[in-house]
Amino acid sequence: MMLVIAGGWALDPAQGLDGPADVVAEDGIITRVGKDAARDIEPGPGVQVVNAEGMRVLPGLVDMHVHLREPGQEYKETIATGTRAAAVGGFTAVCCMANTIPVNDNAAVTKFILDRAAAEGAVRVYPAAAATRGQKGAELADFGDLAAAGARAVSDDGHPVSDAGMMRRVLEYAADFGLAVLSHPEDLPLANGGSMNEGALSTRMGLPGIPAAAEAAMVARDILLAQLTGLPLHLCHVSCFQSVEMIRLAKERGVPVTAETAPHYFSLTEDAVAGYNTNAKMNPPLRAEKDREAVCQGLADGTIDAIASDHAPHSILEKDLEFDQAAFGIVGLETSLSLSLALVRRGVLTLKQLVLAMSTNPARILGLDPPALAPGAPADVTVVDPDAQWVVDPEAFFSKGRNTPFAGMTLQGRAACTVVGGRVVHGG
Amino acid sequence: MAFFRKDLLDIESLSSEEVENILDTAAGMKEISFRPIKKVPTLRGKTVILLFHEPSTRTKMSFDVAAKRLSADTHSIAKASSSFTKGETLVDTARNLEAMRPDAIVIRHSSSGAPYLLAGRLSASIINAGDGTHAHPTQALLDMFTVREKKGKLAGLSIAIIGDITHSRVARSDICGFTKMGATVTVCGPGTMIPPGVEALGAKRVRRVEEAVQGADVVMMLRIQKERQKGSLIPSEREYARVYGLNPERAALAAPDVLIMHPGPINRGVEISPEVADGPYSIILDQVTNGVAVRMALLYLLVGGRGE
Repeated sequence: MMLVIAGGWALDPAQGLDGPADVVAEDGIITRVGKDAARDIEPGPGVQVVNAEGMRVLPGLVDMHVHLREPGQEYKETIATGTRAAAVGGFTAVCCMANTIPVNDNAAVTKFILDRAAAEGAVRVYPAAAATRGQKGAELADFGDLAAAGARAVSDDGHPVSDAGMMRRVLEYAADFGLAVLSHPEDLPLANGGSMNEGALSTRMGLPGIPAAAEAAMVARDILLAQLTGLPLHLCHVSCFQSVEMIRLAKERGVPVTAETAPHYFSLTEDAVAGYNTNAKMNPPLRAEKDREAVCQGLADGTIDAIASDHAPHSILEKDLEFDQAAFGIVGLETSLSLSLALVRRGVLTLKQLVLAMSTNPARILGLDPPALAPGAPADVTVVDPDAQWVVDPEAFFSKGRNTPFAGMTLQGRAACTVVGGRVVHGG
Repeated sequence: MAFFRKDLLDIESLSSEEVENILDTAAGMKEISFRPIKKVPTLRGKTVILLFHEPSTRTKMSFDVAAKRLSADTHSIAKASSSFTKGETLVDTARNLEAMRPDAIVIRHSSSGAPYLLAGRLSASIINAGDGTHAHPTQALLDMFTVREKKGKLAGLSIAIIGDITHSRVARSDICGFTKMGATVTVCGPGTMIPPGVEALGAKRVRRVEEAVQGADVVMMLRIQKERQKGSLIPSEREYARVYGLNPERAALAAPDVLIMHPGPINRGVEISPEVADGPYSIILDQVTNGVAVRMALLYLLVGGRGE
């Protein structure tokens, strides 16, 4: 089986590739990349052609932070629907968090997820297992078993590992198995059960606030632990300027930390919560304009390594409620690329930087070979139509989740075709 | 002046002209409560539901009395006896109530913003009778009405609000309302009970009660809202009473004709000493009387013109 992506503009910074190029894959592996590389290929049975004229052809995008909800909350999302949403959003791989029911803190759950992904998944699925048993922060999970079963990372995401001594042991033990450690930085007593960003707006709305310091205090602690141990630590969903400043300083000092942010933190501010919009409620919360700007700046200068959606599907059972009763989290897989492309159009990022933040860097942080437009690499490719205008309609999402603050917005640019292992899983 | 709103959710979205209109209407309504026959047919055939998701004596009774004096039928639902305790969501409860075609739903709820959830979904008028720590617009209106009645004006007055501002929906609505009408508002309370960005609401914040009270035309004392606080915000009620309570010495720092107010319920001996609460400048019970008039005015303005 041969796949030809013809006539596009290929971009892969790691290969020094930035120009018109066809991409040819045979049996799931890229065999040729270059201008007119597909010219002498005869169409016919066994040859699938994707017309990429006017498109950007990128290494497959990786969303390193999603919640697929299976097992346990299949009414919110399944591995099948979540990975289909990923494919439509342009992602060829996702890393799914461990806060399923039961928690992915043992090899049986990890294996279940990978089996479901193999059977029904549209894209590659890399599970993050729990850092501590039951995500309770008290005992290490069985990292040896989990790594052997196929986990790529450990994280108690959704909860912080509050005990600094325990977090140190997580770093030390995870390194024995090459597992990435993903931290959910939140000081719980400081967050104090709040439901939106703390500030004048939370005061006016009468909602308990979550101060930026609740995130930044834990970012500071995590940086010190990475420095202490010399071991890599990845900070999830960075949302405030204090975190960006500290991560920048830590990197200057050679501390092995990496960081991600989510599209909502560079696209929206806390104003989106007005009217008690529960579809703008997530943790960490949408912050102030100066935080939004700092997140953009952090992406632009490489302080923030990755863009990850923190795709968190919920049903109306969790969202059609009083604001303080509603669940945290929004869906993101189907809007992430478009919102990130807006940064490119605004001149905040180059398209090269976007590829680094949405493909190369997240793969590296997870210890994966980064997707590459190079002979010999698996044919994981995202074809982007940079001009496509579309209106966000939650009812049209492939995810089961409808909880997005971007409903009704007109976005520009989206995935025209997604290829995983030489197989077209979206568009084409 | 016509009043074109469907709902009363907060003070913020009202113009000063609308506030004036409500207060003027309430002035006309007040007299009805002093007649031998305290009933007019204005809202005959209208249905008002009192949906109280939190305990309330004063506000619930006040709305009930107000609606009945206008001849509306009232039905009240309390949390303990309703489907709330059977796991029904607020939205589902509201949809069921809507199916009974009420003209107005008066809602009190422990979650900030809950009335907005209903206002966007139901065709009945929604009146916010207190939502979480967000707003209590009818209390602010009756406070403004009471002060205006006693002082003849609101503009230029100096109002001190003292106590747990963080957890007080009354404080938020009063700050918004009094400043909208041209008064200045100073707040004071323990540092743990002043919300971040309180100045953005339009209030000045001072650290010492004496400074807040100095020369004030109105001093409003708030209750410590134990039910809304998480964790320890003050070391003891004893220390609170000593440092932040309104006693006769502190009250004497205010303007000679100061009005002492309290939205209730009062914790005597904590935020206010009995001498002050029962003293000549206390208008705490006038607030209660006027509450009925203001709520009559609102029901009339919101429901009176509907369907005619």
